[in-house]
Amino acid sequence: MTTFAGLSQTDLYALAGAALFVIGLYGLITRPHLLHKVLALNISSGGVFLVLVGIARRVPGPVPDPLPHAMVLTGIVVTVSSTAFALALAKSIYTETGHAVLEPDDLEETGEVSRG
Amino acid sequence: MAEWVTTHLPALVILVPLTAAPLAFLLGGTLARPIALLSALLSQPLALALAFTVSAEGGVRYEIGGWGGPLGIDLVADGLAATLILVATVVGLGVTVYAWGYFADRERYRYFWPLWLFLWASLYALFLSGDLFNLYVCLELVSMAAVALVGLSLRRDALLAAMRYMLAAILGSLFYLLGVALVYAAFGSIDIATVREAVRADVTGQAAFALMTVGLMLKTALFPLHFWLPPAHSNAPSPVSAVLSALVVKGSFYILVRMWVDVADPSFVPGSAALLGVLGASAIVWGSVQAMRQERLKMLVAYSTVAQIGYLFLLFPLVAGGGAAAADAWVGGMFHAASHALAKAAMFLAAGTVLARFGHDRIAGLGGLSRRAPVTAMAFALAGVTMMGLPPSGGFVAKWQMIRAALESGAWWWAVVVVAGGLLAAVYIFRVVALFLGREGAEGEDADVDAGRSPATMEWATLALALAALALGVLGQPLVELIGVGAPALVAGVGP
Amino acid sequence: MSWELTALLVAVGTPFAVAAAVFAIGERRHTLRGATNLAGAALTAGAVVACAVSAWQRFGGGPFAEGSIALLDIGFGLRADPLGVVFAVVAGVLWLVTTVYAIGYMSHASDRARFFGFFSICVGSAIGIALSANLLTFFVFYETLTLATYPLVAHSGTPAALRGGRTYLTYALPAGAALAVGVIWLNLIAGPVEFAAGGSLDPALASTHPGSLIVIFALLMFGLGVKAALFPVHGWLPAAMVAPAPVSSLLHAVAVVKAGVFGIARVVLEVYGPIAHELDLTPYLAALAGFTIIYGSVRALAQDDFKKRLAFSTIAQLSYITLGVALASPIAIAGGIAHLAHHAAMKITMFFTAGAVAEEVKAYRVSEFDGLGRRMPLTMGAFSLAALGIVGVPPIAGFASKWFLGIGALDAGEGAWVIAVLGVSSVLNAAYFFPIMHRAWFRAPKAEWAAGPPPGSAEGDLRMVVPILVTALIGLVLGIAAGADVSPASWALRIGMTEVPW
Repeated sequence: MTTFAGLSQTDLYALAGAALFVIGLYGLITRPHLLHKVLALNISSGGVFLVLVGIARRVPGPVPDPLPHAMVLTGIVVTVSSTAFALALAKSIYTETGHAVLEPDDLEETGEVSRG
Repeated sequence: MAEWVTTHLPALVILVPLTAAPLAFLLGGTLARPIALLSALLSQPLALALAFTVSAEGGVRYEIGGWGGPLGIDLVADGLAATLILVATVVGLGVTVYAWGYFADRERYRYFWPLWLFLWASLYALFLSGDLFNLYVCLELVSMAAVALVGLSLRRDALLAAMRYMLAAILGSLFYLLGVALVYAAFGSIDIATVREAVRADVTGQAAFALMTVGLMLKTALFPLHFWLPPAHSNAPSPVSAVLSALVVKGSFYILVRMWVDVADPSFVPGSAALLGVLGASAIVWGSVQAMRQERLKMLVAYSTVAQIGYLFLLFPLVAGGGAAAADAWVGGMFHAASHALAKAAMFLAAGTVLARFGHDRIAGLGGLSRRAPVTAMAFALAGVTMMGLPPSGGFVAKWQMIRAALESGAWWWAVVVVAGGLLAAVYIFRVVALFLGREGAEGEDADVDAGRSPATMEWATLALALAALALGVLGQPLVELIGVGAPALVAGVGP
Repeated sequence: MSWELTALLVAVGTPFAVAAAVFAIGERRHTLRGATNLAGAALTAGAVVACAVSAWQRFGGGPFAEGSIALLDIGFGLRADPLGVVFAVVAGVLWLVTTVYAIGYMSHASDRARFFGFFSICVGSAIGIALSANLLTFFVFYETLTLATYPLVAHSGTPAALRGGRTYLTYALPAGAALAVGVIWLNLIAGPVEFAAGGSLDPALASTHPGSLIVIFALLMFGLGVKAALFPVHGWLPAAMVAPAPVSSLLHAVAVVKAGVFGIARVVLEVYGPIAHELDLTPYLAALAGFTIIYGSVRALAQDDFKKRLAFSTIAQLSYITLGVALASPIAIAGGIAHLAHHAAMKITMFFTAGAVAEEVKAYRVSEFDGLGRRMPLTMGAFSLAALGIVGVPPIAGFASKWFLGIGALDAGEGAWVIAVLGVSSVLNAAYFFPIMHRAWFRAPKAEWAAGPPPGSAEGDLRMVVPILVTALIGLVLGIAAGADVSPASWALRIGMTEVPW
């Protein structure tokens, strides 16, 4: 099994997944625009799936564990649907308020212009 | 036939609303309401039968399609699951009957029926799930349906609240899923029964539990992660608010209970029980104080939910020591979940009747409500009795058991929290009830007694739910026994 | 089901059924509502008397009639025992009289369905309190009473009424919380707490859990003391006088306040029993009751508002009962229990009077009562009789209970200070009631009603006058017949003997 700096391939996958998860979390909190928030959540879920894929490789032998793969597939389906739903919701908010943010009132008060 | 029904009972419980949902969507129009009502009525005997079967057999396990784990999906029911299913079924019927009148002639809300039935089916599936990943899928299903229902009115505030709710819900689910992945890494399974056997002190496992807990706290709106709840629950159409506060938050709480009482116990991660308890106590104080300060009735009721969720989390420190105290706390916690569900649904429905009839829910403008809408005012006040935990009500039985458990385990400070929470609730409940009895401050369409009666289905469904919460405090013994069926070892009442 | 169990269930259940029916009948159908209410009250009165008969027949013999349903480890139980039926009969019989009065008094008021509905719940809770077999059942009815009284205090919906209601809750809810903790704690260390003559706690607990038992006793006395209007938690009672007259009469002179003293009697005599003396708890209670008697009487002197004067008088009189219970001599206990019935008949008469006078001549203050005896002779006659009874003039009811208390105090070796309290209190009673009688009978009327009732009209609605006469008569008969076997006084003596077997 390939190693890097003492870490197994599985560990690398897991760490990369965790990093992606945190990057997504950061984006979700810091970015006001709803599209950014939705994308940030997608990055986070990518991170979680990467962890699962890494875990699937932990079983000895050439064939990876199928169960985490099943989970990833199901998770992707769930994420695609919820992303579509979130985008639709964001679009409705834009239509209704003219901004795609959670606090449109604050924007209007500070005079900041929405970038749509 | 009877035997067939008994064999497939767990699946049938889910299938009824799950079949009704697409039917209500496809046939739509005037047929949606009768389909929903039929489904609600069919669910009653099925949920009861499930409770009886669980009582008789000590638990039920059903393999969907006969596949079995680990790749097949198993439905599992014990006393805890059967209790929550029963609660969801009764509250669901009340809400359905109420909504019959509430959405009578509102074309705009035609999607309420399929979404509500879908949410209902997802809740059943959640309570019956036998593995942690399935719980993740069910959580997402519940959340998606709930978010759609919050935004149903397409009003600006409702859409923003729905979006906030959606982001919090997805984030919560991702935390949970990451935890599930680590559970699989640590213990090699996601089946609850298997993990229960395999669980041992292990850093990966502990990290997994911590991640899942954070995600579920966010979904349950435990202070300080409650920020999304008040806007979502107060901006949703009232029957939806009722379901969200009564049932949906209990879904994620149910998973927390599974994790910390059934699969592992609070000693698995040192300090976890105390932390959850402290957050719960903070929620009680913070939610109550915020509820006192609200100017809109639905916001008051929503903050009351934030406070009442706090009681649920007192369960963890109270069961942590095991023994008789844990057994008492177990009954208390689950009784609180059940009676709060009934009473909080009644409160939101009462607020909905007010909103629908007078066109506003400003508390200051509700003077004399007991004269203008006596049934609704009475329902609100009776639901308030359960919120305050005063007898005779299910809320009282819950607090009785929690205080008893606290004294029993020597951790008397939790008893102080429970008592103080009841008095804080009295402040915000009586603030409203006093106005109902008063003569001043009436605003809205019809100040006259005779004008504009609300549909009977709305008023009486509300009162029935409030009365059911009271009845639990007198006739609740069967529920006490059901809660104990197949209870986790930690709370089974045997000494440590 | 035996007739005794039926009587128990009917006695407690009927008022709640009446409440549901009254709410359902609604605001408009006055005749139907009144008829339902009267029929229910009559049925309840019959049922509580049947319970008393059951207790009478079984006294000294087998166990008393009871029924229960399970909940948790203790359950709800009802039992027709000697102490319980005293309070049950007082509440049930006076409810019938009060219903007639209330129908008359409220005949022009608004929100009558709500009023009569909650009124019935209060009575049902009081009877439930009386007939509870264990502490949990007692507590559940006690708190139901707390809640159901609130809408009655705040009934008129005016800012003053809402303030009165808030004051009431400010006292009652923390008291209920303390009581809850006390009850739960006691159940935890002693197992399910039943009521039994002579005390139900295992005497061994006094040495194993002395500290807990003292704290629990304090919690219970605070919880019960608020309704019993013990100093210093009496303040809600004068504030609650804002309620309509039937509420002040039946609830704030009988059902609610006596639920408090009755609860004290249950806890001291039938739960703690000898432990209360072993741990030296009763002297404190007796001292507090003695102080409240003097304090209430002194405060009553200064009240010009008629109902508030009566309220402070009630505060003082309630503590007679507490004092008797705390003295731990059979005769003193008998005096306290007898006073529970005697004071009820007399004080309800006086509050009825207050309502009748307010309705008929709009007089609310003692200073407005000049010459009232000529305008409302029957009403003021009944009032005077009741006032003399409370002062302790024989042969009216109050005399017998005070006599018992005095003898009992000597018996308990506490003679001197108790008799001094009783003497001072009687003088004070006279000092705050005689001026009212003096004004009513001997001063010249100066208001517009001086000339007497308008021709052809009696002194008020008969539905109010007759109940006043009936309750005054009951007070007189209770005193005259105190020696008879079936009188509350004789019954109280028999109970007193069973409560201190040690």
